[in-house]
Amino acid sequence: MGDIFVLAEHRRGELREVSLEMLAAASSVAPQLGGKITAILLGSGVNSFAEKLAGYSDKVLYVDDPLFAEYNSEKYQLALSDLISRYQPELVMVPHTTQGVDMAPALAVELKMPFVADVAGLSFEGGKLQPVRTYYQGKINADFAFKGKPPYLITVRESSFSAGDPSKQGTVEKIASPLKEDIQYRKFVEYIEAVVGDVDISQAEILVAIGRGLREEKNLSMIEDLAKSINAVIAGSRAAIDAGWLPHDRQVGTSGKNVKPKVYIAIGISGAFQHLAGMKAAKTIIAINKDPNAPIFTVADYAIVDDLFKVVPKLTEKLKELRA
Amino acid sequence: MKMFVCIKRVPDTSEADVKIDQTGKSVDSSRFSFGINDADNYAVEEAVLIKEARGGEIKFLCIGPKDSDVVIRMSLAKGGESAVRIEDPRINQKDPLQVAKVLAAAIKREQFDLVMTGCMSADDSNMSVGVALAEELGVSHAAMVKSVEILDGKIKVKRELEGGLTEVVEMSLPAVITIQTGINVPRYAPVRGIREAQKKELKVLKLEDLGLAEEEVSEAGSRVELMKLYIPVVASNAEMIQGTPDEKAEIMAVKMVKGGLL
Ligand SMILES: Cc1cc2nc3c(=O)[nH]c(=O)nc-3n(C[C@H](O)[C@H](O)[C@H](O)COP(=O)(O)OP(=O)(O)OC[C@H]3O[C@@H](n4cnc5c(N)ncnc54)[C@H](O)[C@@H]3O)c2cc1C
Ligand SMILES: Nc1ncnc2c1ncn2[C@@H]1O[C@H](COP(=O)(O)O)[C@@H](O)[C@H]1O
Repeated sequence: MGDIFVLAEHRRGELREVSLEMLAAASSVAPQLGGKITAILLGSGVNSFAEKLAGYSDKVLYVDDPLFAEYNSEKYQLALSDLISRYQPELVMVPHTTQGVDMAPALAVELKMPFVADVAGLSFEGGKLQPVRTYYQGKINADFAFKGKPPYLITVRESSFSAGDPSKQGTVEKIASPLKEDIQYRKFVEYIEAVVGDVDISQAEILVAIGRGLREEKNLSMIEDLAKSINAVIAGSRAAIDAGWLPHDRQVGTSGKNVKPKVYIAIGISGAFQHLAGMKAAKTIIAINKDPNAPIFTVADYAIVDDLFKVVPKLTEKLKELRA
Repeated sequence: MKMFVCIKRVPDTSEADVKIDQTGKSVDSSRFSFGINDADNYAVEEAVLIKEARGGEIKFLCIGPKDSDVVIRMSLAKGGESAVRIEDPRINQKDPLQVAKVLAAAIKREQFDLVMTGCMSADDSNMSVGVALAEELGVSHAAMVKSVEILDGKIKVKRELEGGLTEVVEMSLPAVITIQTGINVPRYAPVRGIREAQKKELKVLKLEDLGLAEEEVSEAGSRVELMKLYIPVVASNAEMIQGTPDEKAEIMAVKMVKGGLL
């Protein structure tokens, strides 16, 4: 009783960091739950990942089967459903990533598991585990409690826990593949790399990033002036890219690029977690937003709470003056 | 191609002050402005594009109050034959699995080839309803879809993964896909369409009409419980730049140039 299952995530020969973050989260609640931590790994030729995960868990259960070479929601669901039914863990953690959200809700329905999505924190209230999540793009927090019987299922938001150092020596156990033959309904076809554009925003020293707050494409000229005055490259939030204001390779965030410039100026960007994940490592962050509660300010070094249309032109003018 | 598209009316809270109401479990939405959920708008467009290219039928589904009719009629104005709105105060909209169960009950009564949802609702952001819905319907699914190609009895989709990587997946139909923003360029509703939309069928259903029992979809019947909402403690270390807009710009420019930030 009280055991925790953590589904490790990997892709194209790389164990993804979120796996270790979830194991750290599991370690933080394992004493209260009074159980052991088991990392679940599904793949092909993943021995080295199993060894690595053992440094962070009490046990690693892994499937090594060419049929699991690529992620496939239906195969993953089948394997997890089987393992959960057999081992009856108390808590199952799946990453809230494009892999995890493509599978976990279906698993929850299948096994009738109490389920909370996009968990960014774990707390205890009266001895009971309470997952914490956000609503309204980070403006509100919510505490949840599980009703009914375990196993409980959560999807865990990336970068909300910090991966620890390896401090365990878990046992590594290879288990039989739950698949005898390939499934027919959903098939992985191929990966397609992101197109490479003319500039690589991840290499830029200074980034001026725009969001939906810019309102219209024609306002870009104001941003170009600012960027020119400090030799910056222009990037954007997903909303700015979806609107067609900037090419795809300029998107900052989980589904775009991670950037780490010396200076990041966020203009009219609210700071959804998918955006923050891609830019919070910047050395200095300057945020201009008229909403004082915008989550972008949680990572900013300098906060300008005001109308961007009033501030930006003046900022450009002053910068030009001072740098002349 | 018989399609269902799930659309949700959501508040635009990107600039709004979000306040928790007296219950401590919901927010005061009296001052919000509402519209169609961003991702759902792209799903509507994708369905209309498929219909224009291959023919077929589109039905919109929405769980929500009467006010949702605005977004439903707007979608009908772009294309689609009919809509169903499910309005029942007993439905627990905070549980994505229960929302999926209600949507599934409405879809199951008919034949279908393709169901589309948005990949995420802007207010609740569970990223869960579509995938749970597929399981309820017993069909395949793919989440975060950025391109759709209909083949013979099959569908080939591109899923958008982290870091701009794309995964191509093939599935047999019927299937559920969750649409990611940016998949197309949503059109504005044409004036003629807006007029025609008023005449299209919009059925309003309750749990009984769907053959659902209250405990399957109510808060009491949920396997999780929302304990409380609260405003997060913002651990901002940011230096607040004070003054008029001009003064703020000047202070910031000086810090950037003289303070050696650049
Ligand atoms: C699977 C998935 C992956 C995603 N990946 C990414 C990603 O990689 N990168 C990303 O950015 N997003 C990503 N998103 C989208 C993300 O959830 C947000 O929707 C998006 O970041 C919002 O962009 P925004 O901040 O520009 O727009 P909004 O959230 O609409 O914010 C606009 C901001 O502008 C401010 N504003 C408006 N007018 C003014 C003015 N005159 N002056 C000053 N401020 C003003 C407002 O106060 C508001 O804060 C992803 C979503 C999903 C579901
Ligand atoms: N009340 C609702 N009515 C219709 N569709 C909904 C509703 N709630 C969620 N959905 C659909 O499910 C998608 C994902 O929502 P979520 O899982 O909450 O992020 C949305 O984009 C909608 O397409």
